[in-house]
Amino acid sequence: MIRILRSVVDDMIAHARSLVPVESCGYIAGTSTQMTRYIVMTNVDNSPDHFSFDPKEQFQAVKSVRSTGETLQVVVHSHPVTPARLSAEDIRLFNDPQMIYLIVSLKEEPPIYNSFRVFKPEPGIVDIQPVVIQVVE
Amino acid sequence: MEITINGDKTTVDGVNISVSDLLKIRNVDMPDMVSVEVNGTILERSEFDSTQVGDGDQVEFLYFMGGGR
Repeated sequence: MIRILRSVVDDMIAHARSLVPVESCGYIAGTSTQMTRYIVMTNVDNSPDHFSFDPKEQFQAVKSVRSTGETLQVVVHSHPVTPARLSAEDIRLFNDPQMIYLIVSLKEEPPIYNSFRVFKPEPGIVDIQPVVIQVVE
Repeated sequence: MEITINGDKTTVDGVNISVSDLLKIRNVDMPDMVSVEVNGTILERSEFDSTQVGDGDQVEFLYFMGGGR
């Protein structure tokens, strides 16, 4: 389970809505107890059905949160018209076992968001574990 | 030698080591999916074998992030 501040949820949904029909993406930074900050990242694909982070921006984000004592713990992206589930492309490209992957779906109102961990213990084997989200004020 | 990796000072055997070998030591299973920065410069993946890091260098690496619906 992860605890996410309500303001973080509001920020990631607002970001997703602001870019429709393009997919949004970002990081959530936090401490050992809760997720405290949404960090907007540029979708360099600028696409309605794909996203990629800019590596230069990624390095900047990592260093930025390191200086505050937080860590980047969640990778967020939106699905403007599809459900909040991992797509085949997501599973293929999600390779960091340390990260939680959160998808915001704008297919329905209010938006639905789900999160997962993706483990690939050996080639051809994928272990997807849902992560419960607790929103805190 | 002492290299700073992702903000942490780390002792690594030897005088120099390639970025590819450093990723192996760090148990990075899919180096093709990793971006590496050495002393503030982002490397091309084709440079991982030829780029050597040594004492005092600062190395950052992270996974490429992308996906699609």
